[in-house]
Amino acid sequence: MTKEEKRELVKGILFTSPWLVGFSIFVIYPILASFYYSFCNYSVLQPPRFIGLLNYKDLFTDPIFWKSLWNTGYFVIFMIPLGLVTSLSLAMLLNTKVRGMAFYRMIFFIPSLVPMVAGSILWMWIFNGEYGLFNNFLMRVGIPHPPNWLMDIRFAKPAIIIMSLWGLGNMIVIYLAGLQDVPVSLIEAADLDGANWFDKLWNITIPMISPVIYFNVIMAIIGSFQIFSQAYIMTGGGPQRSTTFYALYLYQTAFEDFRMGYASAMAWILFVIILILTLLITRVSKEKIYYGG
Amino acid sequence: MPERKGMRLLAHLALTACSIVFALPFIWVMVTSLKPVEQTMTLPPTWIPKTYYIQLSGKRLEVKKGIVTHEAGVIAVVKDGPKNGERIFIPNSQIKGGKALLQVQIADRIVEDYYPIDTEKEVQPGWVQVIEKLPTQYEKTEPYWTFVPPREITERVKFWFRNYLDVFVKIPFLNYAKNTLIVCILGVIGTTFTSALVAYGFARIRWPGRDFIFMLTLSSMMIPFSIVMVPLYGVFKAFGWIGTLQPLWFPYIFGAAFNIFLLKQFFITIPRDLTDAARVDGCNEFEIFWRMILPLSKPVLTVVALFHFLYAWNDFMGPLVFLTDKKTYTLSLGLQIFQSQHGGTEWHLLMAASAMVILPILVMFFFAQKTFIQGIALTGLKE
Repeated sequence: MTKEEKRELVKGILFTSPWLVGFSIFVIYPILASFYYSFCNYSVLQPPRFIGLLNYKDLFTDPIFWKSLWNTGYFVIFMIPLGLVTSLSLAMLLNTKVRGMAFYRMIFFIPSLVPMVAGSILWMWIFNGEYGLFNNFLMRVGIPHPPNWLMDIRFAKPAIIIMSLWGLGNMIVIYLAGLQDVPVSLIEAADLDGANWFDKLWNITIPMISPVIYFNVIMAIIGSFQIFSQAYIMTGGGPQRSTTFYALYLYQTAFEDFRMGYASAMAWILFVIILILTLLITRVSKEKIYYGG
Repeated sequence: MPERKGMRLLAHLALTACSIVFALPFIWVMVTSLKPVEQTMTLPPTWIPKTYYIQLSGKRLEVKKGIVTHEAGVIAVVKDGPKNGERIFIPNSQIKGGKALLQVQIADRIVEDYYPIDTEKEVQPGWVQVIEKLPTQYEKTEPYWTFVPPREITERVKFWFRNYLDVFVKIPFLNYAKNTLIVCILGVIGTTFTSALVAYGFARIRWPGRDFIFMLTLSSMMIPFSIVMVPLYGVFKAFGWIGTLQPLWFPYIFGAAFNIFLLKQFFITIPRDLTDAARVDGCNEFEIFWRMILPLSKPVLTVVALFHFLYAWNDFMGPLVFLTDKKTYTLSLGLQIFQSQHGGTEWHLLMAASAMVILPILVMFFFAQKTFIQGIALTGLKE
């Protein structure tokens, strides 16, 4: 190593030193510790005691674990496609160069800024079975007996999905930015060739924004698997655990039952699921993503 | 181009419809927060908060509406028995020879019997009960009530701004706001400065191990909070910080992965010639960072600061896990606790409190709209 290289190394480490310290204490250490705890019986009050794979074994026979996994899967399976279609369609509508685009964009974006607690309380009121705005609307359009959304095991999850669709604003903004980068020349060339609306969408727009779609879908998956606050606030996981999502059950295990080792094992399973899904999507979409020159 | 014009009109219509759907919940918060409690629970919903008045012996009395009677009857004062002195409404079907059939409790039995009454006012079917609106809901005196024909009630639009004051009576809102601001401001200052410093180290200094550590930093963004939550609780417990605000801002003064990433992406676009020239002039690395890079990076620094403020203001899980003392609750946590204790009834106060938590964010958005939108677009587009 030359003197010059050594100087650069010292400078580099000096500049990044706060992060190296913070990263070690608040990220690396917790990750390693959590991995160790997942093989331990740990309640914070007493030091962790190694128990091997027992937590993982217990999880496989824990009905609430499976229930929470199913609830989360349900949410993800509906939320990802619905979110993609809703936000992309709205972004495309915005991209038609209509007048007042900035205004519409603002309206769509603002809900995503609303603090989760305030948003959840607001939607509890909207979904209220007796006086809620939502059911009032449904009755007015001819559904005489709308469900009591958050109190009904069949409708509590859909209610949370509807609420989540409302907060998609940042995705809309990202898609819109992507759409605005699609070269007009390509669309015009397709117009000359007599391509119809769908051809243009399928063969030009979607491929051109595929990196943005990929990014948004990955972010949505990571986010959706960790859905917590809405359920914690609006339903507490009920009725009959129908909204006990994975992260909620994990929180309850860790901080209400103080089974921290068990919770850590759950956290690692969650991480592995997210990791596998991300890798899978990356693999599948690899040839389909177009990184423009 | 008639076809294109048609398309545009269609797009406009669709956008207008969607924006109404997106905006309606906000309007509903505002409307509900400005209603008296009895108007929150009406079918169909009340869109414009109102107040009602009647004329009572020449004076105007503010009232709220009660039931509508379908029977003729009288308002009367009972003159005997257990209900002696009570002022009640009695339907004519329960009156016989100047006496009223009343259900009264004697010892532990409910019995029906006729009691003498003093008639005060005759009530026709379709009349509306009106109840005096007391200045606050904490008043001890019995409100006056009577029945009047609907045409005697005058209504006026009135926004109940006092709901917002009542929030301050019900919950220590200012204290929560102070806590939240501490977490936000310390976090913003810390993370913006440090993340920039670190990002500079990753972007503009070449050193062995740099790319590996940066990759680690990036991958750490995929780690769910659930994984680090439990050990972090242990760490902060060891520091004696559970129940204090430190866990919510202290870690960020070491920088944050996402911010470092965002800033690094920006720093590498600044031409090298610029900084090389300064280096020739004898500036050291920190001077280059401080005097040249930072001033050039104001937009992206603003994005980082805004995003962190927003994150800290909205964060719920962090406070839920680490704050155990009511005195240190943030707005998010305070609002949730208030909801779980008073939910289901005092929607007007809940909505007023929610509005006050949302409003600062909206105000910030209006002042920094461009930065917000560009920042969000940036996160999605930069690979």
